[in-house]
Amino acid sequence: MNTTTQPLRAEAPLAEPVALYPSPLKEFWQAFSRNKGAVGGLLFMLLVVFCALFAPWVAPHNPSEQYRDFLLTPPMWLEGGQAQFILGTDELGRDLLSRLIHGSRLSLLIGLSSVLLSLLPGILLGLVAGFFPRLLGPSIMRLMDIMLALPSLLLAVAIVAILGPGLNNTVFAIAIVHLPAYVRLTRAAVMGELNRDYVTAARLAGAGLPRLMFVTVLPNCMAPLIVQATMSFSSAILDAAALGFLGLGVQPPTPEWGTMLASARDYIERAWWVVSLPGLTILLSVLAINLMGDGLRDALDPKLKNAV
Amino acid sequence: MLSFIARRLGLLIPTFFGVTLLTFALIRLIPGDPVEVMMGERRVDPEMHAQAMERLGLNKPLYAQYLDYIGKLAQGDLGESLRTRESVWSEFLTLFPATVELALAALLFAGTLGVLAGVIAALKRGSLFDHGVMGISLTGYSMPIFWWGLILIMFFSVGLGWTPVSGRIDLLYDIEPVTGFMLIDTLLSEEEGAFVDALRHLILPAIVLGTIPLAVIARMTRSAMLEVLREDYVRTARAKGLSPARVVFVHALRNALIPVLTVFGLQIGTLLAGAVLTETIFSWPGIGKWLIESIGARDYPVVQNGILLIACLVILVNFTVDILYGLANPRIRHQR
Repeated sequence: MNTTTQPLRAEAPLAEPVALYPSPLKEFWQAFSRNKGAVGGLLFMLLVVFCALFAPWVAPHNPSEQYRDFLLTPPMWLEGGQAQFILGTDELGRDLLSRLIHGSRLSLLIGLSSVLLSLLPGILLGLVAGFFPRLLGPSIMRLMDIMLALPSLLLAVAIVAILGPGLNNTVFAIAIVHLPAYVRLTRAAVMGELNRDYVTAARLAGAGLPRLMFVTVLPNCMAPLIVQATMSFSSAILDAAALGFLGLGVQPPTPEWGTMLASARDYIERAWWVVSLPGLTILLSVLAINLMGDGLRDALDPKLKNAV
Repeated sequence: MLSFIARRLGLLIPTFFGVTLLTFALIRLIPGDPVEVMMGERRVDPEMHAQAMERLGLNKPLYAQYLDYIGKLAQGDLGESLRTRESVWSEFLTLFPATVELALAALLFAGTLGVLAGVIAALKRGSLFDHGVMGISLTGYSMPIFWWGLILIMFFSVGLGWTPVSGRIDLLYDIEPVTGFMLIDTLLSEEEGAFVDALRHLILPAIVLGTIPLAVIARMTRSAMLEVLREDYVRTARAKGLSPARVVFVHALRNALIPVLTVFGLQIGTLLAGAVLTETIFSWPGIGKWLIESIGARDYPVVQNGILLIACLVILVNFTVDILYGLANPRIRHQR
């Protein structure tokens, strides 16, 4: 595609001297924005991030204040709804919208910290496994296979069951569960790069092991890792909500989306909004991140386009 | 082929020991010591405490404890539940068929619908139907299934009254557990209406549990099908004048299904994890609900060995899928 546009640009070098090649960022954005779903996902996530950052100012009420006169008030557009409670209230009279907005803080926090907590050790272990294929590599991979033998949510449930519920243990459990994916991905990418000429050249030029690992090889392995980080961000949000729903995650009265659903179960016959809205928020956020992940994958790593 | 199987079996053994090490370690990581946990919150007399430690072998060094644990496992002793005093193994055996029944129903739902939708989407690439299937499958893939279950209950059970809210069968029926599979047992019992009732109990949980596999299978079938449809042999089959249906379903689909079958196998783990949530929502008496309840009751022998049993199950399923894949595709067999 670029072959047709570049001669045209080259003819007008005076007007735009640097435009011979688009900057990597611009090129990336062009590829990313071609995917409409990805842009939609990005916009929705920007909204969620905004809500999370400015929750106390965006939310109309305090998320834990109980309006005792307004228990289970329906959303404002329904009969009996109140204009001050846009999405209605829950069984304790707390404003649902405010709780959802404050919940976004927690979900994003859990997602972000568990991704970081598994990404960094994952990359390190994957690099080590790739660079030492004799003894260390296979033993690391065997360990990861063992962790993969347990279904992800079950492993998380087991870890939280032992360590006890709560925010920190939720993050820790989810990070452990996602670790093997990063290790495998990094190792596979490293193995692919190690035989390339530029690595040999760097070796011959006298680059030490740390330099080879982190400066020479790692940057060329980042594309699949970024995609995986996006995907595991969304599944971290899902897993955290699932743990919360099972009563093993963040504990009430903290407004966490999954925990909110768990306490809403008893009102399934009377108040559809306390059941529907937290789950819908989870679904939309996870969907938005997955759409973004698809766009990222197409833009960064075209080889993976048809993978599931 | 035999050497391929032997090589895979060789990989199985360290994995198995790794998992036992994991479940062994899990119990040791509990804050406080197991005896205090078992005897409850009340103060434990130091002498009784020491006796219990002695009886349970907890005063031995860690490696000896681990060897004890492996030794017991080798004798088929999985310990007993603190709540019911029944052996973990027999509890597992009574509850396991319920989970298998649910998982099979979910796979059936996800498999038929997913393959069908994937094939049609691939054939009509770029059409509205294709975009619809891809959109819905991405939504399904992002679905918090515990919420999805609640929504379906709210709509079909509470709103329309079509399906029961929870359980496997109405209390009116007294079904003898012969096979453990409710659908078969109700047929055997010859009680009128029991089979239909069991089926109505099964539908919603199966749909909920099958949602994520459905999304994955539809996406996978579509992309595998798109790849196969480009192959020369498909063009040849068309050129020979075979009917379009024959080309699609006999020539193309058969080859496209190989990667899809692998995904089927990989979904078993997802299904078992999903069963934890689905069974909790629908009060389905399977191993997922059993495990969560045991965690709530701090019934550690059940938690420890229940997890071990599930992990072994997943390992065995993955092993079988590997072998089947090797049978279907000789290139895999002769790698390395």
